[in-house]
Parts: sequence; structure tokens; C-alpha cells
Amino acid sequence: MNQRTADRLATLMFWCGALLVLLILGALLGYILYHGLRAINWRFITSPPQNMAAGGGIGPQIFNSFYLLLLSMLITVPVGLLAGIYLAEYAARGPATDFIRLCIETLSSLPSIVVGLFGLLIFVNMTGWGYTLLSGALSLAVINLPLMVRVSEEAIRSVAPEMREASLALGATRWQTMWRVIIPSAFPGLLTGMIIASGRVFGEAAALLYTAGMSSPPLHFNDWNPFSPFSPLNPLRPAETLAVHIWKINSESLIPDVRRVADGSAAVLVLVVLVFNLLARWLGGLMHRRMTAA
Amino acid sequence: MEKTVARAVAAKVERTGRDDACDRPPAGKKYGELIGRSLAFTAASLVILITLAIIYFIAAKGITIFTVNGISVKEFLFGRQWAPDRSAAQGGPLVGASTMIVGSMLVSLLAVALSTPLSVIVSVFMVEIAPGWGRRVLQPAIEILAGIPSVVYGWIGLSVLVPFVRSHFGGNGFSLFTGFLVLSVMILPTVISVSTDSLRSLPGQWKEAALALGSTRWQTIRLVLVPAARTGIITGVVLGLARAFGEALAVQMVIGNTRQFPHSLLSPIMTLTSAITMDMGYTIMGSLWNNALWSMGLILLLMSFLFILTIRLVVRRGLVR
Repeated sequence: MNQRTADRLATLMFWCGALLVLLILGALLGYILYHGLRAINWRFITSPPQNMAAGGGIGPQIFNSFYLLLLSMLITVPVGLLAGIYLAEYAARGPATDFIRLCIETLSSLPSIVVGLFGLLIFVNMTGWGYTLLSGALSLAVINLPLMVRVSEEAIRSVAPEMREASLALGATRWQTMWRVIIPSAFPGLLTGMIIASGRVFGEAAALLYTAGMSSPPLHFNDWNPFSPFSPLNPLRPAETLAVHIWKINSESLIPDVRRVADGSAAVLVLVVLVFNLLARWLGGLMHRRMTAA
Repeated sequence: MEKTVARAVAAKVERTGRDDACDRPPAGKKYGELIGRSLAFTAASLVILITLAIIYFIAAKGITIFTVNGISVKEFLFGRQWAPDRSAAQGGPLVGASTMIVGSMLVSLLAVALSTPLSVIVSVFMVEIAPGWGRRVLQPAIEILAGIPSVVYGWIGLSVLVPFVRSHFGGNGFSLFTGFLVLSVMILPTVISVSTDSLRSLPGQWKEAALALGSTRWQTIRLVLVPAARTGIITGVVLGLARAFGEALAVQMVIGNTRQFPHSLLSPIMTLTSAITMDMGYTIMGSLWNNALWSMGLILLLMSFLFILTIRLVVRRGLVR
């Protein structure tokens, strides 16, 4: 075959490949949104699910997902940021630092079900809490920690070294430099990373089945005392999230309208993840423009 | 424990006076630096502690079936029979996990085999054929694909692919085939983003030299760029394989979960992850069946070590050459 023809054919193949991926994404999103949006209405996203009858909603599941996200980020962000600061600023080259990096790599490649098993053993059984929001939040924190450390380290390293040097030359300590100069300029990167991590937490299910549990007690949405057993805020109650709900109704539920509930839940899940994704892009771009213009 | 480590380190920093930011800082400032440094160190040690704790506890639970229940490793890894609740009168329990190990391997290897060519094509497209279009359209598309939760992939597999396979190919639709189709889409973003990064980082002169020698773009891609980026591409493929091997729910929803060796692409199978997902809630902690599930968790852990090791070896060899 003529080389020129081969080149043309190859170009065609590359275009086809790219279009195929776009087509897959378009079909996935189109399918989820087309079927899901028909199932979604105000009652569906606010009312509690049914055990046997049709017509259940996903209100508590949506609340649980967001609350769990908040709890786990409260743990992941400080620890991940501090560990990122350590790696970017304090860690010397050597076997100890290599070991930390190996640990991060190991953690990030663990299947989430294995982290779920670890959570079941430590945060559910050893603590004696049973299936709780807090156990789930801790397991999710373990899953997201490597990502957060990596994002923090990268964001900190991407700050111009001149800024750091200027601050140090003015007599600031490294810690002061970090918090008053480097972190503020690294903030857009950090925020983008946090939002992407949030999206991952929001859709995670395998690690939650046996840590946050597959049931939700009846919640009293006017009881905001976090120590009361029916309060939505109580971190020591079992909490089924939206992602877990989709799995549960498909594998062991008796409701007749699995199709409708699963379609609606999947659409809510995907919409939230899309919003997170767009938010990360938009905020990242906005802050970048603000800070470079200033 | 990590607190005492931090304190010891703080004390060491104070003794050796390695506060090199300034010569003689005022006391308050110095303590601020010290506390900050210790906090950062504590967080980093926490990462190590968590990793070691996971390895220790999963390993400790995973070996009980061999140490306490007296099942041999060989029987567990290669046995074909699964009857963990068979009574002693009938000959005692059987816990051969080989059907699930084979199931996990088959489904993830097939997914990678299908996903890799497409991923490489898309990465090359994004870097070489249409960089502007790739960055503006494909990059966000792949990020969204990566963000779709695995249960949603499972649900689409269950509600679209399973009926489709049932009516067009036969069987009941829950099959190895459906499983690896779902997985191959799920791992696309992983393989594409790693391969794209490695293609982007190639020096521009290589491409220019190849083109200047009269190669067509296709020849340049095939003979220069893709071979040069092979380290990154292989890394991406291994990461994709790791993700496919460890994926639990999306797979569990579509493969039918029957403990048998598949005799065709359309037979239902069971994987390690789907066995853990389904049985962990219904077995009592410490029972033989439950211990077998923990051993499967240990296999997953060991496999992810193997994948990391492979990537490290590939990267090192890539650097030497």
C-alpha cells in the first residue's frame, strides 16, 4: 500500500477512535439523563424509600451522601494537606521519603472493596460502633487520602520559587511562608483537587457497603441534635448513600419499581458529579484569572 | 503512637537546631515553625501508619483460614469445589477459590485487551492529530467518563447490556462478555490519561526529525512516538488492569455470579470481588466461610502489590534504555 494512503487511513482510524469515545460518553449520559429525568420530581428527591411498595423516594439517601462527603472531607483535607506540605517543603531526599511515596502509591492502588474490608474490621468491629456514618467517613478518608496528598504536593510545588524565596528572605519561617504565601497562591489547584476528590467520594459504594451500612433509620428532619438517635446529623447511625442504594435495590430489594428508583438515583448521582466537575473547572479558571490579574 | 513519634522528632529538631529559615528567630516564631513542622510530619507518618495497618490487618485476617481452619494454601488457590458449609459427616468443608480467581483474571484481562487499542488511538489523537480539539472536547469528556460512579456503570450494564446480550447473543445475558464490556469502558479514562501524559512529554525534536526524514505522520506515530512512549502506555495499561481487577459492584451486577469456570464468553462467572461483596454480610465473623472471604481480600491486596511492582519495574527499565 502506498504510504500516503496508509497515512490517510490511519488518520481516519484516529478520528473514528476519538468519535467512538465521545459516542460512548454521549450514549451513557443521554441514556441516564433521558430515563432519569422522567423519574425525578420533588417528591422523589425528598421522600423516604419504601421497603415493599412502589413510590419510594431517595430523600434520606441524598442527605446521607452529602453528609458523608462533608464528614470524610473534614478528615481528608487537613491530613492530606499537611502530608502534602511535608512532602513538598520539609521532606529530605532519602529512603524515608521514598517509603512515604511508596505508601501513597500502595494506598491509591488498593481496590476500594479492600479498604471497605479494613474499615469493617477497624472502624466497625474494633471500635464497636457497628455500621455508622463515621466508619464510612473514615474509610472514604483512607480512599481519598493519597489523591489529596498528591494534589496538595503538586499545587504547592507549582508555586513560583521566587515567592517562597522572597518570603524567607524577609525573615519569615518556612511554616509562615507556607501558610501566608504558598498556600494562598496554591489555592486554586487545591480547591480543584478537593472538588474532584468530592466527586469520587460521592459515587463510592463498594467501601461503604460494610462500613456505613445498607440501611438508614427513620430520620426526623426537625431534630438537629447530633446526639439523638434519629437526628440526621448523628454520626453514629447507619447511613445508606445514594450509590449504595442503587446497588441495594438491584440486588436484594422487594420494591416493584426498581427500574424507576434506580434510573432516578443514577441521574441524581451523575448530575451531582457533573456539577462537581464543572464547578472545579469554572472555579479553577476564575481564580486563576483573578490571581494572575491582581 | 504517631503523637509520640512527632514529639520525638520535634525534640530532635530542637536539639540539632535545624531550623535553617533564619538564624535567631524570636521564641514564638520558632515554636510556630516547630509545631507546624511536627504537624506536617505527623500527617505524613499517619499515611505510613494507615498503609501498614491495612496490610497487617488484612494479612492477619486473610491467613486465619490456613492457620486456624487448617485449609492448605494449595487447596484454596487451586481447588474447584466451593462448599464451605459442608458438614464433617459429608467430608468437611471445601473452599476452592480457583473459579473466582480465574473469573477475576479473565474478566479484567479481556477488558484490558479491548480497552488498550482504543485508548492508545485516542491518546495519539489528542496529542498528535488534533491537539486543540483534543484538549477542548476530549479531555473534559474523559474526565467526565472517569467521574461516572461505578454503580452507575453497573446499572447501565444491567439495564441495557444484559437484555441486549440476552436477545442478540443468547444465554441469560449475565455473562463474562457483559462484565468485560462494562469494565473496558470503565478503565478507558485511566489508560487514556496516563498514555496521553507520556506522549505529551516526548521531546518535540523526535517527531520533527522523523518528519524531516520523510516519514508520513502515521509512520512517525507508529515507528517513533508510540514506541518511545511505551513505558507510559504500559504503566497506564497496568493501572487499568489493577482497576478492573479490583472493581466490585459494577462487575457483580452484570456477571451472574455463578461459581464455575466459564466455558464460553456467554457463561456467567464469579469474581473475587463479587464473592466478597455478596457474602460478607451474610456470613458470621470468624466462621470458615467468612475467613475464606478475608483470604480473597488478601489476594486482592497481593495483586495490587504485584501491579505496583510491575509498574516500578517497567519504569526503571524504561529509564535505563
